[in-house]
Amino acid sequence: MSIVTVQLGQCGNQIGYEVFDTICRDLHNTQGFCCKRENEVYQASCKEHFFNEEKSGVPIARALLIDMEPKVISQTLLKAAHSGRWKYGQHSHFCQKQGSGNNWAYGYSVHGPKHEESIMNLIQKEVEKYDSLRGFSTIMSMAGGTGSGLGAFLTQNLRDAYPNSFIINQIIWPYGTGEVIVQNYNSVLTLSHLYRSSDALLVHENDVVHKICAKLMNIKQISFRDVNQVIAHQLGSVFQPTYSPEDSCQYRRNPLGDLMASLVPHPEFKMLGLRNIPQMSENSLAYTTFAWTGLLKHLRQMLISNAKMEEGGFKDPALYTSWLQPSDAFSEWRTHRAFNKYEKLAALVSNSQFLLKPLDTIIGKAWNMFASKAYVHQYTKFGIEEEDFLDSFTVLEQVVASYCNL
Amino acid sequence: MEEGVVNEILQGPLKDIFDSKQLITNVSGSGNNWAVGYKVFGSQYQDQIVEKLRQTAEHCDCLQCFFIIHSMGGGTGSGLGTFILNVLEDEFPEVYRFVTSVFPSGEDDVITSPYNSVLAMKELNEHADCVLPIENESLFDIVSKINQMVTSGKPGTTVKPESLVTLNEGGIKKKLQEKPFDTMNNIVGNLLLNLTSSARFEGSLNMDLNEITMNLVPFPQLHYLVSSLTPLCTLADVNIPPRRLDQMFSDAFSKDHQLIQADPKHSLYLACALLVRGNVQISDLRRNIERLKSSLHFVSWNQEGWKTSLCSVPPVGHSHSLLALANNTCIKPTFIELKKRFTRLYKKKAHLHHYLQVDGMEESCFTEAVSSLSSLIESYNELDVTKGLPVHDPLRLNIVI
Repeated sequence: MSIVTVQLGQCGNQIGYEVFDTICRDLHNTQGFCCKRENEVYQASCKEHFFNEEKSGVPIARALLIDMEPKVISQTLLKAAHSGRWKYGQHSHFCQKQGSGNNWAYGYSVHGPKHEESIMNLIQKEVEKYDSLRGFSTIMSMAGGTGSGLGAFLTQNLRDAYPNSFIINQIIWPYGTGEVIVQNYNSVLTLSHLYRSSDALLVHENDVVHKICAKLMNIKQISFRDVNQVIAHQLGSVFQPTYSPEDSCQYRRNPLGDLMASLVPHPEFKMLGLRNIPQMSENSLAYTTFAWTGLLKHLRQMLISNAKMEEGGFKDPALYTSWLQPSDAFSEWRTHRAFNKYEKLAALVSNSQFLLKPLDTIIGKAWNMFASKAYVHQYTKFGIEEEDFLDSFTVLEQVVASYCNL
Repeated sequence: MEEGVVNEILQGPLKDIFDSKQLITNVSGSGNNWAVGYKVFGSQYQDQIVEKLRQTAEHCDCLQCFFIIHSMGGGTGSGLGTFILNVLEDEFPEVYRFVTSVFPSGEDDVITSPYNSVLAMKELNEHADCVLPIENESLFDIVSKINQMVTSGKPGTTVKPESLVTLNEGGIKKKLQEKPFDTMNNIVGNLLLNLTSSARFEGSLNMDLNEITMNLVPFPQLHYLVSSLTPLCTLADVNIPPRRLDQMFSDAFSKDHQLIQADPKHSLYLACALLVRGNVQISDLRRNIERLKSSLHFVSWNQEGWKTSLCSVPPVGHSHSLLALANNTCIKPTFIELKKRFTRLYKKKAHLHHYLQVDGMEESCFTEAVSSLSSLIESYNELDVTKGLPVHDPLRLNIVI
């Protein structure tokens, strides 16, 4: 029943902190809009998934912080401890002094093998604390060096060491106009490697989240903290306890596993996206009322916004590919308890073509750069040769073609 | 290789920072002769240098990079400096070598500076990971501009004294000179501070020094970066509307703020990095990139080639600052000019005997050096030719399902 979160690199650690903070705040939320007993069951279920109980009463997050340079991890540990509501385990982190230099090859071929034993030992120690481990959730960015390169290496290792546990990778898709110049190379290499070892890739696009902050939440000067909080809110709304299908008084025991079982019917299609409504600034919350029909209609619109479709609700077979029945393809998870100050909230996790365009764009840009061999020497220096690049491109073109054919 | 400058530093206000074990001096100087610096003093001091480097490196948990700071036109900085570059590559092959080189200007007082510079360029081409060229002329222009701003007396333009990028409280008191070298050198000091700020302080998007080479050096030979610093000073007026912030970004691309005589806006960008310090958020950064990118020319395979970093701690006296590093073909004229001045001297074999009489120096050293420079210029030419041409995306892989 437990999920171990592995936070990788600066991005992974910054977001991971926000996720646990959001979950913890939701846990202690007094406006649950449900009865007391319900609230208690909800809280117990949530704690079981994400936190360890400690003697002092402060819950310890079931997470591991990994980075190749120390600044971000020390900040994250401090922030958590200062909050007073929760904290990270004392020995749950691993860091070095050097950093990965935004170089996927360095993260994968140098840091990976060098620190493999220490990191796997750390994971082993954490896993031993639980009665039953359900799976791993890694948080990483695709653009940098540690999250992407070391993350890909680690995912492979996790798959080998824990073949019966689920692995879902939360991937942060970088802004289109650069945070990092070689981000397209790093992204292509990461995605192709993860596709082989991971069970599902849940994608969060920086551009999309940025727009949410700007348009829906009306934030004037958007900082990375704002972006991370939105992502954390979206993730929290998916991972928090919901009723199991058999018994609507019991909470799901294995949310991660069930999620992947229903969303990844075929190993060729692993890219998942997340849409969440409503999103609004705190000030507007007090003045807004919610209705389920409105919310669900909006969500469906978001799902199919690229296609011209008739009204039909989520059970419309036209939404789904021909080799799946709508009843298999669509499942609804619910809970009465409110989440994070929103009285009603709906989240949609989908495996669909909406990621096709961003993926295609990234492959195109990376291929363009590769054709002129720019920056390739930085990768060959650490053992990633041109053939490895070509392999990665092939894997991803395959994925694009498969999704196109749906 | 002469004692005057080092002695002055040891008597100045910063004397306690430098360990006497870290100093190597000689009496005679290199006579503005690259060959003396490289061949004579190089071999003479090699062991001592390696020893002291090892001792200092042993104190580090994790050595990431070396900074070499020198001029190209003289003898010691140029000759012995590039010799040390070679030593660093042999002894510490995995540690990055960043070189801050002061290039000679047009009216330079050292006659043999073209020889020294071209001989040093060959070494920089082959052994440096990244070079930040600086020109005295640009520094001088910036200093004059600041003086103008400070003394203009226009209403609303009083400048905060501690914010001057040329501020020099810890420096050596010198008599008034023709060229205010201390103030000019401070600008370079600030450049290095801003470069390392993200490694020293926290921020929401960190950038280490190894990320600079990774992102800004697409091909091993093209590792020369044009730098610019803004703002040069802060006005005492506390209200800083976003327009002032946006002005900072625009200034970074104007040729008046570059530290060499170059105009990046009208040449081709291979890559660009923006290191922002202070209270600037990702949305400000993105807004400015969107605004500016249409007026800049990027190479076809790197149309969105921006590397960004956000550091929360601003420099002293400012609320925010920006360092822009560009790998841009605007540096080509500097190299072409250097080659021209070299050829003018070399054709007449002027002053050549000073070099050839040094053990180990032959004419082939000169020909090899100038051909290395020529091939570098040629690489930039090939890129410039592609500027403005229509972009054809290469064919993608075809997958059979």
